[in-house]
Amino acid sequence: MRQNILIAWRFLIAKKRAMIMSLTGIVFGVAFFIFTQAQTSGFEGFFIRTILGTNGTIRVQDEFQHTVTSMMVASQAGDNRFEIPLREGRTYIPGIRNPNQLLEAVRQFSGVEGAAPVLRGDVQISSGFRTEAGRTIGILPKEYLEVSDLEHQIVNGDLRVFSETPDGILVGTRLAERLGILPGDFLHLNHVGEKRRYRVSGIFETGIDFFDKTHTFVHLQEARRLLDSMERVSYIQVMTRNPDRAPALAAQMEYALGHYVASWQEREKSWLEVFRVLRISSALSMSTIILIAGLGMFNTLAIIVMERSREIAILRSVGFSRRDVLSIFLYQGLIVYLLGTVIGCILAAFLTKGVESLPIRIRGIFSTDHFLVSWSIWHYLSAALVAGVVVIVAALIPARRAAKVEPGEVIRGTGG
Amino acid sequence: MGNVMTNPVLETRDLHRTLGEGADRVHVLRGINLRLDRGKTYSIVGPSGCGKSTLLYLLGLLDRPDRGEILLNGRRVDHANESERTRIRGKHIGFVFQFHFLLSEFTAAENLMLPMLKQGGIEREAAYEKACHLLRLVGLADKTGRRGNQLSGGERQRVAVARALANDPDLILADEPTGNLDFKNSITLFEQLQGLAHELNRTILVVTHNRELAEACDATLSMVDGMFE
Repeated sequence: MRQNILIAWRFLIAKKRAMIMSLTGIVFGVAFFIFTQAQTSGFEGFFIRTILGTNGTIRVQDEFQHTVTSMMVASQAGDNRFEIPLREGRTYIPGIRNPNQLLEAVRQFSGVEGAAPVLRGDVQISSGFRTEAGRTIGILPKEYLEVSDLEHQIVNGDLRVFSETPDGILVGTRLAERLGILPGDFLHLNHVGEKRRYRVSGIFETGIDFFDKTHTFVHLQEARRLLDSMERVSYIQVMTRNPDRAPALAAQMEYALGHYVASWQEREKSWLEVFRVLRISSALSMSTIILIAGLGMFNTLAIIVMERSREIAILRSVGFSRRDVLSIFLYQGLIVYLLGTVIGCILAAFLTKGVESLPIRIRGIFSTDHFLVSWSIWHYLSAALVAGVVVIVAALIPARRAAKVEPGEVIRGTGG
Repeated sequence: MGNVMTNPVLETRDLHRTLGEGADRVHVLRGINLRLDRGKTYSIVGPSGCGKSTLLYLLGLLDRPDRGEILLNGRRVDHANESERTRIRGKHIGFVFQFHFLLSEFTAAENLMLPMLKQGGIEREAAYEKACHLLRLVGLADKTGRRGNQLSGGERQRVAVARALANDPDLILADEPTGNLDFKNSITLFEQLQGLAHELNRTILVVTHNRELAEACDATLSMVDGMFE
């Protein structure tokens, strides 16, 4: 084996320029594959953390209306009657009628970390300066903290003050800017003629621009009075231990509770799809660089096989088997692959680290002031796998051709 | 032919080989019977296309006969499988071709060490010592570290001779070994080849067009139209 590696190395060195070109292609292909994956995953991960921190993993929403009718079937003898249920589309009764009962049921599901009732309604929000259309969310602070990241989203003020102040209100950062208010100030919420006064306990920033521009939090009891809904709530927000299992758990809940239950994956389907397409698209683009490098390597190895047919023949005549010859050419591919992948991974790590601190202002589905990256071993393994497959295919074809060299024919041909 | 009192190194019985297909099919070897004894030098002469090289490649297990038997050290080897043929070639047969076919990225010594280390059973240092010894025998003691492209044509061919001896083969097959050399170098190389055969008790079979070199061997076989005369 050592001999074969040595021969492979010397053959490679002899084609230094061509091999450096292939190596460079693999290095950049691997590096940019990882780099782009780190970025798209970084933004996607941040988006997911933002929406989970704001909306939880599952929402138990509207109640199903009983729409099943049945058809009675009977035999001629009049016995053996049975029913065929017929579902005529699904309709909903908005909101949740028995929140406490449903909360208890939700908490029984395994994997549920917390559940909190939420009453939501559209309101007019007025400060001394101006009035804005917005939305208020009535919560039980203790329960809501179990299903959201609100605690870490307070950028000004104190969540404890809000918890202890019945007429306290939390205001989204963009909305607070527009209204020109700070913690300690007062504002009014107006809903269909019902107007109530609140003291600002804190300003929050979820990162979701629309949410921060329109939303406020008040105590559930206050929301009930304001929105005139003393019994119902709009939905139950749920946090689960494993967010990835939310769709399966949501399906179970929907079946068991008779309410429409949406997982975060279902609610954010379109954005997740955008991120998925971006990730695949960048992976495909970067794989193309690796593929081109692989084609270059295939070309170089094919030329080596043609140019070295006499040397291959003599190796075969002095005791090297077909498998040895095959391995000599595969080792050439392996050397380029290992060097290219290792250097590519190092370059990717530097690029990722470098871009992490680059400033970029993004406001929309989430907000950030710098590039977001994700450090995942899977990006490195995926890049190594793609490069590995390309290099193996690129090396295998010439290697097989080399192994098929018939020493007798080559030497006889050379002799003329 | 040869000494019937000793076991032959190589023996063939009724060896046939055809090359080409269809209308181009040529019956190159037509029933070759041959016996080569240990420590002797043999030459095969004959006009171009008479089947000399084809016979040599069959004997070196680089090709397969259509019919007939090849026995190496009394053991039939013509129907050995690919890996067995590779092993036999590496251990029992040395080759010298018209062109040296040295690996130009390797030094003269390394070109000799490759078959030794491939065969196994020898340490790298010992292989290097042996390579230097063989290069000394062919008069290249001071060229062990030179690469193929730093040697003259005659020197490269002498390295090829030394390489053929690397694994102490029973049989050395040489196909026009001096075909690419001038007269002086041809004589030197051939004398070395012959001297080594006797000194190391190896059997050498040389295919050559050169009558003078052929007649310097212990026995000369003349071939015409795929058969010995």
